[in-house]
Amino acid sequence: MNRFVAVLAAASALFATAAIAQNYPTRPVTIIVPFAAGGPTDIIARIVGEYFSKALGQQFIVENTAGAGGTTGITRGAQAKPDGYTIMMGHMGTHGAAPALYPNLKYDPTKDFEPIGLVAGTPILIVARKDFPAADLKAFVARLKDPSAKVKQAHAGVGSVSFTSCTLLSSQVGAKSIVAAYRGTGPALNDLVGGQVDYMCDQIVNLVEQVKGGNVKAYAIATAQRSPALPDVPTTKEAGLPEYQVSAWNALFAPKGTPKEIVAKLNETLVKALDDEATRKRLLDLGSVIPDKAGRSPQALAELVKSEVARWTPILKAYGAAGQ
Amino acid sequence: MPDLIGNLGLGFATALTPMNLALCFLGCLVGTLIGVLPGVGPIATIAMLLPLTFKVEPTGALIMLAGIYYGAQYGGSTTAILINVPGEATAVVTCLDGHAMARKGQAGIALGIAALGSFFAGTVATLVIAAIGAPLTRLALLFGPAEYFGLMVLGLGLAIVLARGSVLKAIIMVLSGLLLSTVGTDLETGQERLTLGIADLSDGIDFAVLAMGVFGIAEILRNLENPEARAVVRGAIGRLLPSAADLRKAFGPIVRATGLGSVLGILPGNGAVLAPFASYTLEKKLARDPSRFGKGAIEGVAGPEAANNAGAQTAFIPLLTLGIPPNAVMALMVGAMTIHGVIPGPQVMTKSPTLFWGMVASMWIGNLMLLVINLPLIGLWVRLLKVPYRLMFTIILLFCCIGIYSINNNPWDVYFTAFFGLAGYLLIKFGLEPAPMLLGFVLGRLMEEKLRQALALSEGSFMTFVQRPVSAALLMIAAAIIVIAVLPAVRRGREEAFRE
Repeated sequence: MNRFVAVLAAASALFATAAIAQNYPTRPVTIIVPFAAGGPTDIIARIVGEYFSKALGQQFIVENTAGAGGTTGITRGAQAKPDGYTIMMGHMGTHGAAPALYPNLKYDPTKDFEPIGLVAGTPILIVARKDFPAADLKAFVARLKDPSAKVKQAHAGVGSVSFTSCTLLSSQVGAKSIVAAYRGTGPALNDLVGGQVDYMCDQIVNLVEQVKGGNVKAYAIATAQRSPALPDVPTTKEAGLPEYQVSAWNALFAPKGTPKEIVAKLNETLVKALDDEATRKRLLDLGSVIPDKAGRSPQALAELVKSEVARWTPILKAYGAAGQ
Repeated sequence: MPDLIGNLGLGFATALTPMNLALCFLGCLVGTLIGVLPGVGPIATIAMLLPLTFKVEPTGALIMLAGIYYGAQYGGSTTAILINVPGEATAVVTCLDGHAMARKGQAGIALGIAALGSFFAGTVATLVIAAIGAPLTRLALLFGPAEYFGLMVLGLGLAIVLARGSVLKAIIMVLSGLLLSTVGTDLETGQERLTLGIADLSDGIDFAVLAMGVFGIAEILRNLENPEARAVVRGAIGRLLPSAADLRKAFGPIVRATGLGSVLGILPGNGAVLAPFASYTLEKKLARDPSRFGKGAIEGVAGPEAANNAGAQTAFIPLLTLGIPPNAVMALMVGAMTIHGVIPGPQVMTKSPTLFWGMVASMWIGNLMLLVINLPLIGLWVRLLKVPYRLMFTIILLFCCIGIYSINNNPWDVYFTAFFGLAGYLLIKFGLEPAPMLLGFVLGRLMEEKLRQALALSEGSFMTFVQRPVSAALLMIAAAIIVIAVLPAVRRGREEAFRE
């Protein structure tokens, strides 16, 4: 008898979760974007959110909770009720670089989340002021290594993508640059166009029009393939710096403990969104790289987070030690 | 010149289609209404309303967003005048004389002159954008970190002149503002400074939090301690619109402020924030009786409001001609354009001329619409002041909390606002003015950033500020302003000492 009750209970519990997943979502879902509205991550979240709203019949609302390099929003997301009604857009900074940059981080990128899937990668571009005296990436790197050249680098603040990606470049080639910190990409880019600084690294979406307009020149793109948005810019591999591979990826996460069925449903929707013609085109127009089928699974994202944390920690810790 | 007319013709042809006209009106209206809520400035308004524009084609969407932007700016000065809550940095100055006018029963005149001054400034600024936007951008690019630093020091000089009472107290307040601006994460090292271990301070103090606390909440506390003064307007509400005499008095300030605002707005890195402060200082210096300022001088509303609007408008220049946003609101506009598939860059003008000129034309139309929307609303706003204060202050507090919370969706911001409200009340009790502190706070961040950038790029040599002619000139003007401001006080002090 007891066994019968237990089986019944288990069955009904199973049925209940299955039913929850089947009906999910029955009310609007919040996507926490840990950056200000209008930034690259926010734009990607809004494009994908629009598809989710249509496909699942409930509004997916973007909530911008900016602060501390994105960790404020992700901390809130990690602590949210794991019922599938709060998910978040994590990125290379919040789920890769953050543990090295924020010693008091209240979450563990590898343990406190249910990965849903990778949404899009944003390639990193190395750009210099338009009259910088180096014809190609090799000549540029040679100048970076020369302390007497006093090459000036701009970045958008510690913890920003432009900071982490350029720090990686500096540590790989042994650059001896002078570094100036700005508050955000806009002011940094402004001084690059004005010729006050020599170079910076940043996401392609922020730079593509400046490169096309001839205000800055691009030396290389740090991905395996050239970008259709800038077909004339060589990859780092072609230009002779194959080890410099970096992309500001954006991915959806749910808080730890979110029912597996709901995560699966969200992943399934994401996979469809990335095959949807209109959504795809809008992401590609931004210069984003859309992951292939294998790269869209929760397991692939879990692996990516693990490898990114392992990669950034030593590089950024070394910078901190040098900076103090 | 024929080019300009042809281009503007294209712009008006685009902006005057019924659809775009309707979107422009909708944007201005919604922006005004939401901007009137205390604490909800243009950034929060645009961010909230961004999804509304998804279904519209890009030009129309941008026209609407631009409308929301000016509308919210207008709304911000309405709250500054009526209830002493500046919606954003540029409305701080409007509080000084605008609210004083409201207390004298001249709220209608203050609101009217703000609307008219803004319209005039907006018209001129639109022409500036259309005629010489592109060449001006190239000039603005010559401004490097050292030049900005000089400009910010000049701004601090203005803050001292801005003060009504003692120069010493003004300097104390400017320095406290600078100190508050250093709270948060260090830009270069990523270390936390003065955050007391509170994680929610790691990005520093938000301007709206500080401003709403020391102005809005403190004002409510002060009103509540004194039962007789509870009504914002004690006497009868006078005229609703400015008279011809008012207009004559305000005309000079408006023209001068439009020039100042247009120039400062073009500078990337948010030079526009200085415009109202600069205009106020200028008018106070030019006035025959400077003591009227701070007690409801109409010039103190007309000038800063015109400067603010001219600056807000010309701040579009770096965005439209270079594709680089000069401040947070414009960064949001970039995002909005990107979402609509137009990635802003140096080629927008040549690649999508209908978008570019359509937006320029819609700016003027938007300003006209704002005038049309706002003049009739003045009667309504002024009547709101007659609502019994016990109802009024609870509603103001409620909306302040909502507005503050909506900036970052962070409850801590509301607690901080309450804290600064108490602090602001103490400041009033000690006779210290919050306006110079807010200017110090706004400029402090930029100033530190630019100082450190300039020093990093010059490898630590302070000579960079003197060697670069523009920065050297700005620093000299700043020194002159401070000497002029301090000398009379010193002389007076010595005379008093001799008398004793």
